[in-house]
This record gives sequence, C-alpha cells and structure tokens, in this order.
Amino acid sequence: MNPAFWFVAPALAAIGLFFFVPVAASLGLSLTDFDIYSVADLANLRFVGLANYGRLLEDAAFWTALRNTAYFVVVGAPLSVATSLAAALLLGSRLVRWKALLRTIYFLPVVTTLVAVAVVWRFLYHPRVGPLARLFEALGLPAVDWLGDPAFAMPAIILLAVWKGFGFNMVIFVAGLQAIPERLYEAARLDGASAAQQFRHVTLPMLAPTTSFVLLMTLIGHFQLFAEPYVMTQGGPGDATRSIVLLMYEQGFRWWSLGQAAAIAFVLFGIILAVSLAARAAGLLGGGDGAEARP
Amino acid sequence: MGRGSPLSWLALSGALLLGACRGEAEGPAPIEFWAMGREGEVVRALVPAFEARNPGLRVRVQQVPWSAAHEKLLTAYVGEAMPDALQLGNTWIPEFVALGALEPLGARIDAEKIPREDFFEGVLDAAEIGGETFALPWYADTRLLFYRADLLAEAGFAEAPRSWPAWRAALAAVKARSAGGGHALLLPLTEWEPPVILALQQGADLLRDGDRYGNFASPGFRAAWDDYLSFFREGLAPAEGASQLANLHQDFAAGWFAAFVSGPWQLGELRRRLPAEFEARWATAPMPGGSEAEPGLSLAGGASLALVARSPRKEAAWRWLAFLAEPEQQVAFHRLSGDLPARRSAWRDPALREDPKAAAFFVQLQHLRSAPKIPEWERIASRIARHAEAAVRGEESSEEALAALDREADRMLEKRRWLLARSEGRR
Repeated sequence: MNPAFWFVAPALAAIGLFFFVPVAASLGLSLTDFDIYSVADLANLRFVGLANYGRLLEDAAFWTALRNTAYFVVVGAPLSVATSLAAALLLGSRLVRWKALLRTIYFLPVVTTLVAVAVVWRFLYHPRVGPLARLFEALGLPAVDWLGDPAFAMPAIILLAVWKGFGFNMVIFVAGLQAIPERLYEAARLDGASAAQQFRHVTLPMLAPTTSFVLLMTLIGHFQLFAEPYVMTQGGPGDATRSIVLLMYEQGFRWWSLGQAAAIAFVLFGIILAVSLAARAAGLLGGGDGAEARP
Repeated sequence: MGRGSPLSWLALSGALLLGACRGEAEGPAPIEFWAMGREGEVVRALVPAFEARNPGLRVRVQQVPWSAAHEKLLTAYVGEAMPDALQLGNTWIPEFVALGALEPLGARIDAEKIPREDFFEGVLDAAEIGGETFALPWYADTRLLFYRADLLAEAGFAEAPRSWPAWRAALAAVKARSAGGGHALLLPLTEWEPPVILALQQGADLLRDGDRYGNFASPGFRAAWDDYLSFFREGLAPAEGASQLANLHQDFAAGWFAAFVSGPWQLGELRRRLPAEFEARWATAPMPGGSEAEPGLSLAGGASLALVARSPRKEAAWRWLAFLAEPEQQVAFHRLSGDLPARRSAWRDPALREDPKAAAFFVQLQHLRSAPKIPEWERIASRIARHAEAAVRGEESSEEALAALDREADRMLEKRRWLLARSEGRR
C-alpha cells in the first residue's frame, strides 16, 4: 500500500469518526420522527421516510425563516463585503494617519463576545431612550421601534452583523491590497489614470481572487445566521428575524424534535451547496483564471 | 514513563487506594440539587439548617439559568447526567413524566404525613398526572393585575374594579386622561398566558377529545380571543414587543401604562427598582372576572420539587425535598426569594399576612386552573403567543389565527394520538 496512506490515515480516521459518522447518523435521523417520546422509549420511534422534508415544504414557519435568511444574505453579505473593502482602502490610503490604531479599532468588534455586545446594541436600538432614537428625534425623523417593529428588526440585525463582522474581511482585503505591485499604479498614473480609474482598472481586478474568497465565505457564514437574532430578538417580533438555523435550534433543542431539526439541517446544507456551485458556475467566485485580473 | 519498577507502581496504587478510602470516610456523596435562576441562588441559605438536622447528609446546589433550563434538563436526561432532585417549572412536569424521569411521590408524601389539603389545590393539581403525584409544590405562581392606584383614583376609580367591564371602563378613563400617547394596560406580546387566562375564564376547553386535538375555533376560545384583541384594537394596550419589557418598571413608574398582568416576582422587583415613596402609588388586584361577585380564574404556575427516578440517593434526596416543603422553610424561602409559599399554613407568617399586595395573590391562588397537562403544551402555547402577536399586528385576521392554531396544534398532537391509539389497541 502507498506509504502516503499511513500519513493521512490518522486525519482521515478523525474526520470519518467525528464528521462523516455523525452526518450519516443525522441523515438517518431526518428520516424518523425522533422526539421527546422516542427519548423515553425507542419503541416510540417511527420511520417516516421523507415526511419531515415534505412537512417543511408546507410549513409556513420554514418558508418565513427561509425568506428571512435570504433577506439577510442578499442584503447583509454584499453590505458586509463592501464595508470591509471600504475600510481596507481607508487603511491603505496615504491620507489616513494612525493606521495601526484604526485597524485595531475596526477589528475589535470581531473579537468581542456577541452576547456582551448585544446588551449595548439593545440599548442603542431602544425606541425611547436609545441614542439612535435621540438622533432620529434631533433630525426630525419619525420614531422607529428598531427591534420591536417587524419591518425594522431585520435591518437592525444586519447593521449589527455588519459592524460585528466587517473587521475580519477587512484584514484579508488589507493583505490582498498589499499584494498588488506598486508598479501597476505607477504605470496607470503615467497613463494619466485618475484615482477612480485606478481603483476600477487596477485595484478591483487585482483584488478579484480575494473578493471571490471573501464573498463566498461571507455568503456561507450569512446563511448560518443564528447568534444575532438569538440574543437580540429570539426570532421576533413575530417571526421577522427567525432564521433557518434558529428555527432548527428551536425544533431540535427546545422542542426536541430532532428528526425535524435534522431535516432542516440537510435542506440548509443543500441550499448552501447549490448557491456555492451556482456562484462558481456563473464565474463570480473562486474560478478566477486570472484573465480579467490582467490590467 | 514505563521505567518505574513494579515496587513504585505498587506504592502509587497504594497511595491512590488510601486517598480513595479517606474520601469515603468523609461521608457519602452529596445530594445533587438543581434549581433555576434566583431560586437556585437563594436556596443555598437553607442548606446549613438541613445539614445540621441531618448529620451525614450534604446538599450541593447547582444553579441553572431559567433561559437555558429546559434544554439543559432534557440534555441531562439524555446524557444520564440528571441530579438527584430538582426544581421543575410546573408546566414541564408532564414532559418529564412522559420521559419516565420522575419518581412517583404519592406514597412518600403519605408516609411523611404531609397534608395535601394544605397546598393550594390548583398548585398541587399541576403536579398530579394520571392520579399520581410526581412533585411537591415548592412555591406558587400565578398572574394578576398590578396597577397604579393613584392614576385610577385620578380617573375617578378610588377602589379597584373587580369585573372586566368595570376594568375596561377604568382603563379607558385612564387612557383618556393621558395626553402623551400613553396606554392603559400592558399585555406583553411574547406571553401566551393572557389570552389563555381569558379563555379559561370563559370556561373554554383549550384542547378536545382527551387532549388529542386543538379546540381553538370553539366559541369559548373565540370569545376570549376577541376580548384579548380588543384591548389592542381599542388602544388600551400597546403592541410592544419583548425588547421593551426591560424597561417595564420605569415605564410603569412614568405612567406609560396604568396596569399590567404579571406574577409575584414583580412584588420584589417593583420594590427594589423603584423609590420607596412610590410604594403607596401601586397595588395589586386579583384577575377580574365576569362579575363583581367573584374574582376571575388565573393560571396555576410556579415550581415544584421532583425526585429523579434514576437517582441512587432517593431516600436522602427525599429528606431534602420534604425539608423544603415544611411550612417554616417555606416562610424562610419566601423571605429569601419573595416567592409565594405553596402551603396555606405558611401564609400565617406576619410578613405575608400583613402585606396588602400579597393578599391579592392569596385570593387569586384559590382561583386557579391548570393548562393542559401534556408534554406538547409548551409548544402549542408558544404558537398561541405567536398567533396572538400576528393578530394584534394585523398580519392575520382573528379567524385565520384561530384556524392556523388548530391546524398546528393538531399536527403537534399527531404523535400523541398515535401513541394513545396504540396503547388502546394493545389493551
């Protein structure tokens, strides 16, 4: 046998034992009606085939959660990536001083605990005494009950998520920006390119592989929205911020409907896989052959 | 490693053995007791008295936060990591009985000569399932009205009304006087209890056919549902979410609303958070009923003490639970936590008897009804809160909400129907 096999065997065994076995088990679980009664006595377990999946399709709560998650992904992910890029450009600019300090400050939200941050943000969003409400009042805008109004709760969550997460992607963008050779900008300037033209024709194309990576990771991360609504709104008001993962958590650990929860997990897995493959097929992500990166 | 002589191994194992023996000499393992939230914090103060009275027994209290308690208990059951005894929210008892996690206590209660009639009926009823008692009531909990006596008096109601029609008139008068867009009544939209209490007052059965199907489109529940929604439609109650509840006490003090429905923990909270001079301006009243003659029903809540069926120390753990249920300990626990004793005899304590705000609870505790005692209830109840909120916000009509509730409840009860049919088939 190829000796290389023995080198990868420990890692393969670990992955097999701690990843593939549980995944196979939960796939099996998703075909049963495992619930609180089955915990008491396995004789109460029924094999239900694809009924859990069928039930999801006709469950309004699932579609609401899917819609909420899509909202968060479609609005939140590009906003997060754009903010990261803007912050990275700011840190790369010659006009800005105290870069190390700014970089640290921008990165701070990433390393703080969300639960602690949520307390502060709940205060920020308070409809009567919160600073945001005061600001709106001073500007003569109508009062907004950020976390209590179904129309504003998701934007409030997105704002928090962008603030909390943009620092991480920013660091990756900063590295990507530093990898762009200075001579390309020199050449562009000699050709009389304006700052905007340099950004459009040098920075963006050279940054394409980085952007692809960041966008894909952000999309995947955003599909798994959980902690923000869990600590800020518990999925409310109404169902306005109930994400797929939050729904899965409630089904699984609050109501102990593990069969149903496992089915949700596999549907989410399928969605993320499909979106990633579609993005790749569309040439948006990951597949950069460098053709467009050539200035 | 691996070089040690056999002799040194012998010495090491000898030392370990000695250590183990010494551990043995310190007495048996302590009774593991889990309690939630503030109760878990303050109950430690009762441990020394118990240990002094029962030499050789020790209690270790583990505090579990309420927000994670249900998940943690279920996980502990599955992982066979349950304590010996625990505090259980009364609505969780059916679930853990269905799991077979709890030891029946009927025989032990009789052997101990604990007088059952001393407990409030509604509270003890919550712990009785299928004719067997599975827990000892620890503290009683129910919901009633907290109101601003001064605001009601200004609006011309010196005495608190006792029926719903009179309360509505009073609330409307308060609302009319508050110019700044204030409201009269706070009914938190995340709570399922207010609409359910109104339904129980209508005499509505929440489920039908032996708790096999939802019964929410029935005339009784429908009437209660419309009553509940009318508080919001008439502008008496604000459609605010849970995030604003954090400021309940400040808002109550500011007169943003004149009354709210809540439980006994607010007695302590209001006194702790608001200045002392505010004490004279608020009061409590039993749930209004259909007439002035008698207070309305409310929900039996609270927590009980349960013994874990798989515990190896049941006898010792039972001594601890019986100790906590003694009237003197109920009084001591009330002083520590503010929780209301589940035994009538504990209410002879002057601190409770002379507190006019606790008196309303004493009245209410005689007028209780339990929610359906099935494991699925919590889940169904969460949908009641959800659909009530949707109906209040106008996302669905009253009719749609009730139809959806019945549909969802029927689906959640499908497994129960199957289990019941199977056990009847076997018989």
